[in-house]
Amino acid sequence: MNRQGRPTDFVSGEADAGSKTISSHRGLDHEEPLIFELGREGQTGVDLPEAAPFKDRLGALARKTAPGLPGLSEPEAVRHYVRLSQRNASIDASFYPLGSCTMKHNPRLNEKLARLPGFADIHPLQPQKTVQGAFAVMAELSRWLKELTGMPAVTLVPKAGAQGELCGLLAIRAALAARGETRTKVLVPQSAHGTNPATAAAAGFTVEEVKATTDGRVDLAMLRPHLGSDVAAVMLTNPNTCGLFERDIVAIADAVHDAGAYFYCDGANFNAIVGKVKPGALGIDAMHINLHKTFSTPHGGGGPGAGPVVFSERLAAFAPLPLIVHDKQGFRFIEDEDEARAKGAQPFGRMCAFHGQMGMFVRALSYMLSHGVDGLRQVAEDAVLSANYVLASLKDVMSAPYPGPCMHEALFDDEFLKGTGVSTLDFAKALIDDGFHPPTVYFPLVVHGAMLIEPTETESKRTLDEFVRVARALVSEAKAGNTARFKRAPVLAPRRRLDETLAARKPVLRWKREPPKKSPP
Amino acid sequence: MAETRYTKSHEWIHAENGIATIGITQYAVDQLGDIVFVELPKAGKKLAEGGEAAVVESVKAASEVYAPLSGEALEGNAELAGNPALVNADPEGKGWFFRMKLSDEGALKTLMSKDQYTEFVKGL
Amino acid sequence: MRYLPLTADDRKAMLEAIGAPSAAALFSDVPHGARAARFDLPPHAGEIEVERALSRLAAANVSAGSGPFFCGAGAYRHHVPASVDHLIQRSEFLTSYTPYQPEIAQGTLQALFEFQSQVAGLTGMEVANASMYDGSTATAEAVLMAHRLTGKRRTVLSGNLHPHYAETVKTIAGLASDIVVAPPQVGREEDLAALIDGETSCVVVQNPDVFGFVRDLAPAARAAHAKGALLIAVVTEAVSFGLVESPGAMGADIVAAEGQSLGNGLSFGGPYVGLFAAREEFIRQMPGRIAGETVDADGRRGFVLTLLAREQHIRREKATSNICTNSGLCALAFSIHLSLLGDAGLRRLASLNHARAVQLVERLSGITGVELATPVFFNEFTLKLPKPAVQVNDALADLGVVAGVRALRLFPREPSLGCHLIVAATELNTDADVEAYGRALEQVLA
Repeated sequence: MNRQGRPTDFVSGEADAGSKTISSHRGLDHEEPLIFELGREGQTGVDLPEAAPFKDRLGALARKTAPGLPGLSEPEAVRHYVRLSQRNASIDASFYPLGSCTMKHNPRLNEKLARLPGFADIHPLQPQKTVQGAFAVMAELSRWLKELTGMPAVTLVPKAGAQGELCGLLAIRAALAARGETRTKVLVPQSAHGTNPATAAAAGFTVEEVKATTDGRVDLAMLRPHLGSDVAAVMLTNPNTCGLFERDIVAIADAVHDAGAYFYCDGANFNAIVGKVKPGALGIDAMHINLHKTFSTPHGGGGPGAGPVVFSERLAAFAPLPLIVHDKQGFRFIEDEDEARAKGAQPFGRMCAFHGQMGMFVRALSYMLSHGVDGLRQVAEDAVLSANYVLASLKDVMSAPYPGPCMHEALFDDEFLKGTGVSTLDFAKALIDDGFHPPTVYFPLVVHGAMLIEPTETESKRTLDEFVRVARALVSEAKAGNTARFKRAPVLAPRRRLDETLAARKPVLRWKREPPKKSPP
Repeated sequence: MAETRYTKSHEWIHAENGIATIGITQYAVDQLGDIVFVELPKAGKKLAEGGEAAVVESVKAASEVYAPLSGEALEGNAELAGNPALVNADPEGKGWFFRMKLSDEGALKTLMSKDQYTEFVKGL
Repeated sequence: MRYLPLTADDRKAMLEAIGAPSAAALFSDVPHGARAARFDLPPHAGEIEVERALSRLAAANVSAGSGPFFCGAGAYRHHVPASVDHLIQRSEFLTSYTPYQPEIAQGTLQALFEFQSQVAGLTGMEVANASMYDGSTATAEAVLMAHRLTGKRRTVLSGNLHPHYAETVKTIAGLASDIVVAPPQVGREEDLAALIDGETSCVVVQNPDVFGFVRDLAPAARAAHAKGALLIAVVTEAVSFGLVESPGAMGADIVAAEGQSLGNGLSFGGPYVGLFAAREEFIRQMPGRIAGETVDADGRRGFVLTLLAREQHIRREKATSNICTNSGLCALAFSIHLSLLGDAGLRRLASLNHARAVQLVERLSGITGVELATPVFFNEFTLKLPKPAVQVNDALADLGVVAGVRALRLFPREPSLGCHLIVAATELNTDADVEAYGRALEQVLA
């Protein structure tokens, strides 16, 4: 069934009675057509020389039909994208308390340094002795990641968190194979992020769900019955997706190892403990780190991310290709499996072309150097402090299934909205009109109508207080029966609520040129 | 005798002379929201009791539809391909999912009657 | 510390409101032994120091632009117009999240819709998704998609597929596939038909291939379709879409490509952007995010992420893929660059690339002992040298010419490729570069 409890009905009409403009533009918010509707044939925004006459080598393989890309001059293209950008919420502009996403400030120093030609303009396959500085960045980043996590080994290869999870599970699979064992199950708590079971399935395992206790955590007593000889790994997030530290984690790790299985830790919530706690001391075997969460690389509207994975001694040998070695000649890659094996490694293979998200490594390292060990510890403390402050300030009017203290994110459910006719979704949309990006909604699945609020450490107390004030006022509105305000929300955003049902029933996934209208015979 | 029975996973099954029509209940539809797509079993597919037979998708959820009893799929409701909204409009009538040949019509008795299902839903 | 707004007073007030005696009290669930860990790491640093430290490391790299540069093999050095980087650094693009609240993410969603439309047009396919991590993982996902569509497992990989891509397919799709890899054949049409049987799910062919050779995909498409298999076409040089016939027009069913060449610099291999396109009838099996058109409550056109039921946050272990992030900002950069180019600009850019490669081929194949191994090419080609490529390449580098990628680096177990060098030329190479290469090669081979 619909485990999220998320309503999907769409109510059209009820047009805003506000002032209509002639152009449809409203002040600084412009209605912007698609580039395909703006462009003209033959126009271009890039001046390129004409090639001198030459003997074409493609012959019959030359392209016969143009791709159908619109042509625009530079001013038109720039205006188009600036107008589009003005229709986006962003951390730079507003509080973005998305639980599990860690929407912290993205320092611009990181952008400047990633763009240095020595980092931006180097080819992955150019002679290795000409990129020793790049290797040094990777080595330094590796050092920080291992030291912060207390783990002996790391791979920088995975392109995103989900790919990091896959990396960890494939390493576990390889380790089991090396032991001559085939174990088919991976245990995942009910509260897990969707990528966890999806990744386990992608790695060829079947997924078994472990229920949470009434206090939102994984209980050793509830886990133990699942720990048969057929279990390859347990995937836990710590702190978990309810924002709580898994108290039993050391005992869980021991039980998992006693059962001959491995402990994969989803590092998405590392921001709560970075610089304070070493996950390695908790008994984990592998953990991915989302550089775009804890280490501030920008979310960019959905990506790119980067998901390096730290490994315990048990798994270190199975890290994917390429490996990096450092000898008298300097740094170089080991890209070939045979060469890796000759050095005692047993890589499970290559996960992607080339060597990883270098652009994100520079940004993350810049962030780490800027914060230092003391700054990072403060990051975790302030992140946890801010979430607890929000929790403490709202839990008398909103329902918190786990009254606290929490770690870096505070979880609420929709119990407080019972009888008001206002859903979690409606509440979220009303926040938009008041200038806030909504928190994560309907995740985790273990509570009904979840609202997961992660302020992060880069918000001022003034912003937190403003958010609390607005949230409290909205709760009062809901309880006073002012449902219309919620149901119609948002009314002040560039678009009202969108018909997602129509989009899924009749998918229109690209622009298509309208066929020329035929005149009647 | 034709009769309709119900499962705990919110399928209804209407059987007559060994041929059954299966769909999902109003309760299921209320939980899922607007149905956007239905994946139906191909004719001839062997279905096991409690095994996955179809998938129903709404905007924010996807749910397996299980075969209430074992048998063999005969046809899917062709109307649903172009008009999944039919499931929302008439889940226990025109919004049927698929028909199947039952291996053992007698097993129908093991499923809930309408009254029993109504009670079951009340307790959820 | 400049990134942390809370003051000591703030913290004190917040702790009071929480009713906690100290920040440490909030970490009481952490096992004693794991608290107050000690880290062998330096303290915080200001911008001056950080910039100094990282600039020093950047200076230890030789940038591709500092001399005649001809490396390709899956990543290409192209010019990116200045407005592209300026636009993607706008706060609202750089620091926004995945568009899960569409009302306040129309910028991202419309840009993705435009990107999808562009990718569909370039590849000659009907639909495209909102990007994947890169071309190699897009290829692996294409193989898994083919399995879902055909119900089969056997996967035939062209021998001329970029080895990193082939290895990625083996790692990511290996458990679900029976993979057969043809041997590499430089500059010749491959006959894959013999490897395709009734159990074959898909055939994966790169065009232009890793050696730069361009061929017609129609015979491979026919051979695949005859056995109920799908043709997956792979493209690693996106500029080739401007001049080379599209995979869709040649019969491909799914296209997995690398978009790095447009809008995105080399960046030592990442972040890049995977392009993914397919036939419309396959959309529900397509991995990754997809933006779709709809209307809002006022009847105005708007865009949303759609067909979400395929994705991990809903289907969990039954998802089409575990992918969560796409390559959003890189896809935007790609899209902006293409918007600036248009059909006319892309064609001109592609012509410049081809012309430069032709010029380079003429200059180099004129040298005694040097053979062109790929008679049909776009902007990349393979030379067969009279000496081992490793010697030649190193000697050329000593003379200041970064001459290309040795085939043996990519195919370490193919000694027959020991003398082959894969060379790319783009619009950024000049007449002087070409002449420098020619003279250096003559000197090395003399």
